[in-house]
Amino acid sequence: MARVQVLDSRGVGRVLERMAAEIVERAGDEKLLYLVGIQTRGVPLAKRLAGLISARTGHQAPVGALDITLYRDDVGPWRAAHQQPVLRSTQLPVAVDGRIVCLVDDVLYTGRTIRAALDTLMDYGRPRAIRLAVLIDRGHRELPIAADFVGRTVPTAAREDVQVLLRETDVDEGVWLASEEVAG
Amino acid sequence: MSVQRATKLRSKDLVGIDPLSPAEIQLILDTSVEMQEVAQRPIKKVPALRGKTVVNFFMEASTRTRFSFEVAEKRLSADSLNFTASASSVSKGESLIDTARNLEAMQPDFLVIRHSYAGAPHQLAKVLKASVINAGDGAHEHPTQALLDALTIRQRRGTLEGQVVAIVGDLEHSRVVRSNVILLSRMGATVRVAGPPSLIPVGMDKMGCEVHRRMEDAVAGADVVMMLRIQLERQGRMNFPTVREYYDFFALTPERLKLAKKDCLVMHPGPMNRGVEIDSRVADGPQSVILEQVTNGVAVRMAVLYLLAGGYGEPTAD
Repeated sequence: MARVQVLDSRGVGRVLERMAAEIVERAGDEKLLYLVGIQTRGVPLAKRLAGLISARTGHQAPVGALDITLYRDDVGPWRAAHQQPVLRSTQLPVAVDGRIVCLVDDVLYTGRTIRAALDTLMDYGRPRAIRLAVLIDRGHRELPIAADFVGRTVPTAAREDVQVLLRETDVDEGVWLASEEVAG
Repeated sequence: MSVQRATKLRSKDLVGIDPLSPAEIQLILDTSVEMQEVAQRPIKKVPALRGKTVVNFFMEASTRTRFSFEVAEKRLSADSLNFTASASSVSKGESLIDTARNLEAMQPDFLVIRHSYAGAPHQLAKVLKASVINAGDGAHEHPTQALLDALTIRQRRGTLEGQVVAIVGDLEHSRVVRSNVILLSRMGATVRVAGPPSLIPVGMDKMGCEVHRRMEDAVAGADVVMMLRIQLERQGRMNFPTVREYYDFFALTPERLKLAKKDCLVMHPGPMNRGVEIDSRVADGPQSVILEQVTNGVAVRMAVLYLLAGGYGEPTAD
């Protein structure tokens, strides 16, 4: 397994700082912002972005957590593995209606998670707008979905694996690109 | 004892608590907690079981359990069909297996069955490809009731481990008590049962619970008191002289409840016979979580349907 570091802990911090600035600029009125992290690693990232936005504007935007499992397109008859994904909690402390919801996830890949997240969110109300912020965009989209705020675009091969570790959920912090070494 | 959580259920069916490991019970309870949140949403429906068909096969009267399953199915977007004994060909003499095979010819994914014969769900589980969920079989098991009771206790007390649970009433005819004794003792709780000697089945003490003849002994210092319904329709012979006398010895009254812990929970699987096994002052009192049990029932049944829909069996290489 070959592993190349894309971002270290300081790099993650810098990238988030820039994304926070972009989110505020694009929102116009930061009081409408609502950061919603997709379980699992989107949640600490949403919290960090809210902290950076607060430091920048003095406004503490609400933070939510979204579990998209029950909306996945690979649950049920299409699912190959004989196992249901474990449910995690959805916590939306304030209503999404009229808010500019910024969905936050660690890696944007096929776009299927985001499709499920959009459907989940719609069942909670009618946001004024939904935007998407991702730490890494690794390409290979299978649905017509694009992120509004991207920390780093990393061109990858499908067999490669993007590993995002955060201090809130993991021991280490950083982004790595891992690939199976070709045998022989 | 800290119980690990399984990543999936091993069987395609839920025929009872007995076949479940503590890790599987933990998985169902944890999944139920997340399912509770769906009921709080403006749109109380998720697409997880879209396109799945559930047959609710109720061969015995039930309102709470049947409604609860139906609500759970609808919240998960499954299609449900209701089949009741009186309006079916069972009344024309068709056997259970034949009826079930005919239902299966219509390709349901789940069969939720309530039957007056113990073992009916087990028998069907063996011959059907659909997942069979036991919604109560005779005096044998009622697994989803025990799971919702456990969820209620766990959420109110933080844990099942070390809890002292007194179950009082008609032990002979109750499937709720069997499923509860197995589940609670497996999860580290202490279970005490009490009831009139004529309503204590032989071998009850071998199930891993303490058996008491006096209700007061079971209730003393308990964390939870669970009252069972006197199944007046199942009393083939007189097992106690009068309903009045039953009340005097085995009803949960405010005085008897004082023997338990101060914050002891009062539970009842329903339907209640007020003034027989439970006094209205207790049933409607601040310690009662009886309606919470009903609410939790929907979440538990959603969790079971969701987990069984994901396939079953030992882990396979992905």
